This record gives sequence, structure tokens and C-alpha cells, in this order.
Amino acid sequence: MCLGVPGKIISISENNVAVVDVNANQVEISIVLTPDAQIGQWVLVHAGFAMQIMDESEAEESLALMLELQKIRETFSYEQ
Amino acid sequence: MNNNKAIMQDMIREIQAETQSISMMEVCGTHTMAIAKSGIRDLLPDNIKLISGPGCPVCVTAQGDIDAVIELVNQQDLILATFGDMMRVPGTSSSLQEARGKGADIRVVYSPMDAVEMARNYPTREVVFLGIGFETTAPPVGASIEAARAMQTKNYSVLSLHKLVPPALEVIFSDPDIKVDALICPGHVSLVIGLDPYRELAEKYHKPCVITGFDNADILQGILMILLQFKQKQARAEIQYRRAVKEKGNPVAQNVLKRVFKEVDTRWRGLGEIPGSGLEISDEYSAYNARHRFDIPDIEDIPIKGCSCGEILTGKISPHDCPLFGSACNPLNPIGPCMVSHEGACAAYYRYTPLRGEIR
Ligand code: SF4
Repeated sequence: MCLGVPGKIISISENNVAVVDVNANQVEISIVLTPDAQIGQWVLVHAGFAMQIMDESEAEESLALMLELQKIRETFSYEQ
Repeated sequence: MNNNKAIMQDMIREIQAETQSISMMEVCGTHTMAIAKSGIRDLLPDNIKLISGPGCPVCVTAQGDIDAVIELVNQQDLILATFGDMMRVPGTSSSLQEARGKGADIRVVYSPMDAVEMARNYPTREVVFLGIGFETTAPPVGASIEAARAMQTKNYSVLSLHKLVPPALEVIFSDPDIKVDALICPGHVSLVIGLDPYRELAEKYHKPCVITGFDNADILQGILMILLQFKQKQARAEIQYRRAVKEKGNPVAQNVLKRVFKEVDTRWRGLGEIPGSGLEISDEYSAYNARHRFDIPDIEDIPIKGCSCGEILTGKISPHDCPLFGSACNPLNPIGPCMVSHEGACAAYYRYTPLRGEIR
């Protein structure tokens, strides 16, 4: 039920209504809960609402996190 | 997160090297689904257990509340709008689907805004939206009430059965019968509430809490982050699912919750009554509270005979331990809600027969 899908904002009209592209389908959603969302940004959509603006590309993030984990591991083995 | 096989293999190897006995609870139904689908559970060494938690909103809805909704649609002339997940949940006498078959006007919507739109299209009918879900779903429902007020749509109301996740986690951590050493925290509830509620839990109960995303690589990484905390002998709240979850959550959504709802005590299937764990419509918006418009009966919970959903939702047993699992109870003939909702633990276990030894 808490399912959320990423969608890319294509257009924004009045009353915080936006059209997002979700897996090549265009869906109308409300951005009243993410008033800063802008065209071109990715948002996480749940129950017809954007719930959060997503940042960075997924690849970048996974890389950043891997590096971070690496750092934690190194600190850990250093402490040992 | 990318599901790069090589990275995942590394992560699996690292997890398999762990020797401590640790049980982690995946709180959220979406995780239960994703974990069952991925086959990750089978790749873990025996000393690392993943147990399912109370994070399926349909499953934790009290039986008495389901019966009250069914009585409401049978007694009153109204349109009930609801998410599809609720339709087949068995009530004591029937499900919503069966009630619809007998003439009740029940419509499945994707968004609460569809229900507001419906109310505008049928100005002479009462449209009641059945509000079920956690902190992820309550803000959209709250926003629909604010939109109805702004548009002066007076024939729209909400029957709120919304629940809050952290009070339930508190109950789980405090129960000596439930052995949970760490939490894989729900990604989408956390979009709204952020990291702070888990910081309190991690500190108070000394158990690592990691907000995790839903891809295979996310889940493996979430598990690793928990294992690292054990190695460091620490218990912190952390975010793995950074591409979506911000430390402070979504303050706009939090403010909608503050305006439109108030916290009340409420009962959960399996967990009983939990203080401050329910969201009722606030006095400010009481005109949109279906409880004020209709006489909604207060019905006691009549347990479903033979069904162990309550124990499954608290991680005390696994679906395979229920004697009805797969025989008398299956997705075509579900006996309890955990087999109905597609994110219920029984449905997830039933659907994905475990393949051994590889990531699906
Ligand atoms: S298998 Fe069916 S009867 Fe058993 S606990 Fe799950 S839903 Fe209930």
C-alpha cells in the first residue's frame, strides 16, 4: 500500500497539478506536498501525490553509497 | 539503485561471512514483497533471520473496524471509495467485494483526489473515502480533505483508520516475546517522517534502524549497514534509501498531518490497542469526518478462526508455520488479510516459491 513509483515531471499547471511520466505513461498528480518540484525533476509518486523530490541519478547514488560503506569498513578495520 | 550483479555478489558474500546471530525485522509490507520476490532470504546464512513486521496497512486493520465498514455500506445510502487492496479483506459476515455484489455502491480509486472528484460529480450523494494506510498515505488523504474544503465540496468525508508506524515499533521492541535485534525501516513511510523517530528508537532500545529502499541492491546494502553497526557495537538510525528519503522527511506533508488529523489510541490486529497510534480527523476538519456524519458502529474484534495473521504481523511465527497456509488458505480463497493484501506476508510467501541460491 505504501508503494511509491518514481516519475519525471513533464509539466505543471495551476492548483499544483502536474503531469509526470511514469514508465512512459503520462499521469496527472498533485504536487501540493512537494511545492518546490520543478519540470524535469524526479518525484516519488504515491496515491496520486508527489511525496518527495528525488535527487541525483540512481547510478551516482549507488556509487556514493558504496564509497561511503567502504570508508566505514576501513575505519572499522583500522579500529580493530 | 542499480542492481549490478557484481556489486550484489560482493554484498552477499560479505553478509554470508557474518557469524553473529541477528534477527532483523522488515517493517514494511513492500519490503516483505520485495524480499520474497528476490529470494534474498534464502541466501542469508542461518544465523541471520529476516522476519516480517506489522507494515501491511490492510493486514493490521482490526477485524472490528473492517466489520464496521461493511455494516456502514450495508446500512447507509452512500458511495464508499477505497483503495483496491481493501475489497477482498474478509469481514466476519462478508467482504466489501461481496457487499458490492449485493448492491452496495463501492468504488475502487487510485487516489483520494479521485474520490473528491466523484463527490463533485455526484453532488446529491455522500461520498466516503475509506482512509487506510500509514504516514505515507495519510498526507494525500489529508490533502484531499483540504482540497474538498477549498472547493466547498460538502458531500465528501473520510473514515480515517490511518495508523502511525513508530508507536507500533515501540510495542515490538518492548515485547519480550518478539526477538528483533534491528529494523529494516520502511522507505516510503520515512519519506514523510524522516530519520528522527528512528533515532529515538535506536537510542532507547539500542537497536540499529536503517531506512532502506526496495531494490535488491538496496535491501542487501541495508542489511550490510545493519551488520556493520553490530560490528561497531553501535545502534544508530541511518538512511540507505537516500535518493528519496531526507533526514527531515517531508515537512509539508508533516504539516498536513498536523492540521487535518489528531493522534488517538487505536487497535491493531496482532498488536492490540496502542496509545497515540491512530490518526482521527482533527476538530478543525470535523465536518469532513465520516464518523460525525454517519452512525459508525463500534464493533468488537472477532478473531478469524484458525488464522494466525496476528502472530505473523508481530514476527512471532512465519507464514509457513500456519497450518492453513497454502491448503485451506490461498490467494483465491484467503482466510485472513495477510493472504489478501498482495503485500501481506502470507501472500508474498505463497506467491514466490523460493528458488535456492540465486538472486531472482
Ligand atoms: S495463511 Fe491464511 S489463515 Fe494462515 S495466517 Fe496467513 S492469512 Fe491467516
